[in-house]
Amino acid sequence: MFVRSLKCAFLPLSVLLLISTLASAEPPRDIQFNRDVRSILSDKCFACHGPDGNKREAELRLDDEQSAKESAIVPGKPDESELLRRILSDDPDERMPPGSTGKTITEADAAILRQWIAEGAPWQEHWSLIVPTKADPPSVDGLPGDANAIDRFIRATLVARGLTPSPPADRRTLIRRLTFDLTGLPPTPQEVDAFIADMSEDAYVQSVDRLINSKHFGERMAMYWLDVVRYADTGGYHSDNHRDVAPYRDYVINAFNNNLPFDQFTIEQLAGDLLPDATTDQKIASGYNRLLQTTQEGGAQPKEYTAKYQADRVRNTASAWLGLTMGCCECHDHKFDQLTMKDFYSFGAFFADIQEVAVGNQPQTSFATPEQEEQLAILESQLATLREEYKATTPAFSEGLAKWMNTAREDVLNGKSTWQAWKPSSLTSANGQTLTLQDDLSVLASGENPAKDTYTIELHPASGALTAIRLEALIDDSLTNKSLSRGNGNFVLTEVEIDFKASETDEPKRLAIKEAVADFSQDSWPIANAIDGKADTGWAVDGHNRRENRKAMFVLTEPLTISDGASVTVRLKHDSAHAKHNVGRFRLAATSENQPSLDDKAGLPDQVANALKTDAEKRSDAERVLLDSHYRTLAPVLASVRDQIAAKEKQQKDIRSAFPQTLISVSIDPRMVRILPRGNWLDDSGEIVEPATPAALPSIEIGDRKTARLEFARWMASRENPLTARVYVNRLWKLFFGQGLVKSLDDFGTQGNSPTHPELLDWLAIEFMDSGWDTKKLIRQMVTSDTYKQSSFVAPQLREIDPSNKWLARQARFRLDAEMVRDNALAVSGLLSPKIGGPSVKPYQPAGYWQHLNFPKREWEQDKGDGLYRRGLYTYWQRTFLHPSLLAFDAPSREECTVDRPRSNTPLQALALLNDPTYVEAARSLASRALRDGGASEQSRLDYAFRQVLGRSPSSEEQSVLIPLYEKHFREYTAEQEAANQLLKVGALPKPDNLDSSELAAWTSVARVILNLHETITRY
Amino acid sequence: MHLQELIGTQNTRRTFLGHTLTGLGATALASIMTPQANAATAGTSGVIEALHVPQRAKRVIWLCMAGGMSHLETFDHKPKLAEMHDKDMPESYTLGQPIAQLQGKQLKCFAPQHPFQKYGENGQELCDILPHLGGVADELCIIRSLKTEAINHDPAHTFMNTGTTISGRPAMGSWLTYGLGAETDNLPGFVVLTSIGKHGQAQPIAQRQWHSGFLPSRYQGVEFHSTGDPVLYVGNPRGVNRNQQQDVVSAVNQLNGTLNASVSDPEIATRIAQYELAFRMQTSVPELMDVKDEPEHVFEAYGTKGGDGTFAANCLLARRLAERGVRFIQLYHRGWDHHGNIKNSVKGTATEVDQPTAALIKDLKDRGMLDETLIVFGGEFGRTPMAQGNGRDHHIKGFSMFMCGGGIKGGITHGATDELGYNAVEDVVPVHDVHATMLHLLGIDHLRMTYRYQGRDFRLTDVHGERIEKIIA
Repeated sequence: MFVRSLKCAFLPLSVLLLISTLASAEPPRDIQFNRDVRSILSDKCFACHGPDGNKREAELRLDDEQSAKESAIVPGKPDESELLRRILSDDPDERMPPGSTGKTITEADAAILRQWIAEGAPWQEHWSLIVPTKADPPSVDGLPGDANAIDRFIRATLVARGLTPSPPADRRTLIRRLTFDLTGLPPTPQEVDAFIADMSEDAYVQSVDRLINSKHFGERMAMYWLDVVRYADTGGYHSDNHRDVAPYRDYVINAFNNNLPFDQFTIEQLAGDLLPDATTDQKIASGYNRLLQTTQEGGAQPKEYTAKYQADRVRNTASAWLGLTMGCCECHDHKFDQLTMKDFYSFGAFFADIQEVAVGNQPQTSFATPEQEEQLAILESQLATLREEYKATTPAFSEGLAKWMNTAREDVLNGKSTWQAWKPSSLTSANGQTLTLQDDLSVLASGENPAKDTYTIELHPASGALTAIRLEALIDDSLTNKSLSRGNGNFVLTEVEIDFKASETDEPKRLAIKEAVADFSQDSWPIANAIDGKADTGWAVDGHNRRENRKAMFVLTEPLTISDGASVTVRLKHDSAHAKHNVGRFRLAATSENQPSLDDKAGLPDQVANALKTDAEKRSDAERVLLDSHYRTLAPVLASVRDQIAAKEKQQKDIRSAFPQTLISVSIDPRMVRILPRGNWLDDSGEIVEPATPAALPSIEIGDRKTARLEFARWMASRENPLTARVYVNRLWKLFFGQGLVKSLDDFGTQGNSPTHPELLDWLAIEFMDSGWDTKKLIRQMVTSDTYKQSSFVAPQLREIDPSNKWLARQARFRLDAEMVRDNALAVSGLLSPKIGGPSVKPYQPAGYWQHLNFPKREWEQDKGDGLYRRGLYTYWQRTFLHPSLLAFDAPSREECTVDRPRSNTPLQALALLNDPTYVEAARSLASRALRDGGASEQSRLDYAFRQVLGRSPSSEEQSVLIPLYEKHFREYTAEQEAANQLLKVGALPKPDNLDSSELAAWTSVARVILNLHETITRY
Repeated sequence: MHLQELIGTQNTRRTFLGHTLTGLGATALASIMTPQANAATAGTSGVIEALHVPQRAKRVIWLCMAGGMSHLETFDHKPKLAEMHDKDMPESYTLGQPIAQLQGKQLKCFAPQHPFQKYGENGQELCDILPHLGGVADELCIIRSLKTEAINHDPAHTFMNTGTTISGRPAMGSWLTYGLGAETDNLPGFVVLTSIGKHGQAQPIAQRQWHSGFLPSRYQGVEFHSTGDPVLYVGNPRGVNRNQQQDVVSAVNQLNGTLNASVSDPEIATRIAQYELAFRMQTSVPELMDVKDEPEHVFEAYGTKGGDGTFAANCLLARRLAERGVRFIQLYHRGWDHHGNIKNSVKGTATEVDQPTAALIKDLKDRGMLDETLIVFGGEFGRTPMAQGNGRDHHIKGFSMFMCGGGIKGGITHGATDELGYNAVEDVVPVHDVHATMLHLLGIDHLRMTYRYQGRDFRLTDVHGERIEKIIA
């Protein structure tokens, strides 16, 4: 035997005892095919005599009644049945299973098969594929007729097995258990006290109602669901880049809080985008289909990854809702279950309409949150009022308009310019041209004309505003063809840079240019090329063909205020591959206009200037309207309205740019889906398949619809589907009883466990569907049962009879999940932020932990304030490097569906709880509270801390360990103040001023002990 | 009770042998106080009671040349490729084959960029850029006929480590510690060290590569860091000295013992043992990382003074981990992704690993540990015989690695690629065969170490894997 033999020396006696007594504790019983026989055949025989047609030996199927009874089984006649003969054969060539499989059939199993055949070999379809039927809860002596159905089912089995239920848990344990189970958080000492004191009959039910209606209920349920759907903040493969999907997480929290019926919850996730008039929430929910791992790796083949994504979706959806291990069928028919490759690819075809990028960044969709919607609506109505005000024609406005039209017309007619030509204070050519200032303030180049050159022009402008700079390229007789350059007459200006120095001693600062506008650009040589930061692109003007002055303006992103002593440096770069294309003559000018215009039309847009040129009486209506509306942009009487409008519009813009983004499903023409032989994406020879549900399950009518994802979603959560309700009910059962009625939460196939209480499972599933898939109702049914309220104490005798607690003669006890370990420490120390939802957060994480991430390299940017104290489910979920404290406590990387986290017990957990700053800081905070609020004596302070964490007072033994620890550390920290101060600086929480450092440090030691206790991180 | 259920609550041998649950405070303190520093005596047990086959190696040191080491400039001599330089790659090789970044590009042969030489008694061929490894050629079993199934870094590493490209399966180091436990209870049984080369892209490495997948988390690989805490959270909080930390741990264990008396929960006994181990690690890990007691000649041999996070420093740590009983020691050197300028960069990267790897082999041999340690050296895939500019693209149809040490025939070259170094054609070695062979040398039949998950008995070799008999001594 390859696993450590049970006889091995190190196992304690009690374990040996329980194993030997377990068999005898089983009452004699009838044989049921599903419960007793199928698992033997499945495990030992199906690999060669099962559903996989390619691997089938001797044309014998033992998963198929007809095939089995044709040759291997003679009902009622075990001795004539080939099956038994071969199993019991002494001839190694005949004996089944063959030695090469490494499998053997035990004597006990053979006896079961014999009895079953003798009884006529009655066959049953695999239990999970039969639609559940609802049996009446059994009557049990000592239970009233209206007792919780759960108790009646459970008790009936206990009675049959001669077991008695455990007494109820004590009230402190019970309220702590219930609070953790329903909210993921510990009860406050006040809640514990109140519950202990309230002896009224409905005290417990009231607590259930309070907790199930708490907004933290949704968070607790989401923690589990997010594992199932493999929710994470990053793509997973290779560079494992960020993507925004937090709105999906918040949708899940809200769905549980609002008790969204589970069938609706299912439909919205699988196909919310396809619902008629889909709401924002429903679209966000459809992000479920996008939660899979994706890649951005260069060199990755889209076709390969499209195949991977399809398989990923099949695996996850089948696991999440159906409890089926369909992943096996990517490469071959299932070895144990009635699932084929065709089922796998047909299942995948339901998702073939989902738009995605096979290799690369996935585009995201923005949505307003309800708060943002509301803010925008308020702003919109305020803006409507302001715009009315802006449009109103008051006497003051009309008067101003008339005056302006007169003066502006004068300016236009006089050709008044808003551009002020600049006189350079120094001129430099990088490659030795002579730059000469002309009388008209233009600059002329002469001397040797180099292939490339950069002109640097320094200016000391007069004080005032500067909003844009204009460059004029001027024709000159000294230039080629009397045009614009000494090359061929054309120039290529590759880059314009503007630097600013506020004073002589300042460092120059590069000014950002918002836009560049030119009066003319040659094809493929737009002016924008001159501000794109690239040396191989530029602005050209066809100067070898057209001999005309040209001008371009460069508008600053931020208007500048120039005071005395400031200087501006303009660099005109000619780095083009076209040699000698240097501007031959140019002039610079500046403007302070808020809306600068390239032309010298008094700073007015062309149309406005033209309208002004027209005689007042001859202006058309359109011209009048134009002038009216232009003046509104300038009118001093409207300045305040304009400012208010601008401010509100900016707010709108800010809100819009803060819209959360997420991944949603967008339906496009479906891809063609083929069966990939042996899962090989390079092989195009496979059959083309249409969307279809697995043949062993009910089918859906699809017709010639291109996409059937919505029908698929409805089918998934329908009564005809025998799996979904059972799978979900079973997983909720696990949350409240420690393990499922079907222990294999992820496998309802023939290799999975059979239900321990099949009638109860079906009763719950049907009750659940009858209730309208009401999750809260189902949970209420579970947690109000006496079965739930039992003590988790394991009496020695019970441990021997039922070590794994299959029959539920007691409650389960288990370590808190990773997120809850954190939440608990933060809650009891008073640090926990109650905020729900929003982007994921980054609490303390050791520096350098992300060193293996690349493309791009990343640093964990630790949050500040609130972000350090959020619940664990909001911690940034980096798939390839999950936060080490979460990882230590078995949080999954969420690369694949996880329905049953392991609960390990490792030294890394001890190191995290002892030394992770999160827990040291929590201890510090708990210590401060004990000092401040815990009275004056050591006993009362210890009592306070214990009650915060465990809801009880310390025992005398606990006191006798912790008070001396406190005293010793107090002495040591008094002697070493610096050490105390160091400890009190762990974490961002400021050290309280009014507390003595040595005292606080010593209490921090005590608090660390309490936070590390097994009891603290265990739900009993 | 199913055996797997037992494993879930199984305690380390120390816990079972070390304490009864009464009088625990004293025992816990006593075991914390016991100096464990250099001892590799105690250890933890795995699920395999009786080894399936005689054990040839007790531990594995796996040197991963991450990024995809070119076989054509290391272990696979291809003169024909030199002759064909700059000529079209014959289409018969490449048609319909998966290709990474060269997809759709013109495919030209690219000559080996460095000459090869014969080394050792058997005249094994190694590239000139690996002179130190040449010096230990008689120890090496060079395998020139590997093939793998994934052509991008991330899935290829996942395949090399877990036997499948699907996430969520246990890494080979986890399988080994699950099966065999470790010969230390002061350190994790599966340790990972990483270094970054200076001559190639440092491709990302996911934690998945040393994750325990569906196996219990305590079989997870633990990464040791060269900066900050060598193991995450192994350092005391600021302002807490070792005695004070011990006070805290002792108090935790004492109170947990008290609790156990009233609730009788086997998890508590395990928790107590884990706090003891954690506290011992707080000493044993820094002691392990502090190499200053090593003699000068060792520093010279490895070419490092240690503590600098280089591959050389990690090789020295690998030896120290091996001495202390760690079962699976995995080093990643991230720097072999030579898409361009391969001539210079492959030499640079090779130089970073050549001397320390050879030093590690010699050092282990000098200490009599080489024949009980299996060393594996290679990347997640090889590189194309075709040019990508002046570099090479990823290649999965034929590449090289070497194995040496416990149970391996030294001084031989196994398998071959075709004359252009494209396809493995002789004694082809799929990755699963490397796993099967490794497990065999450790005393495990790869078919018989399984774990039931989602209704199926999983193993490291999936449904494949055959021992490479020809290389087993």
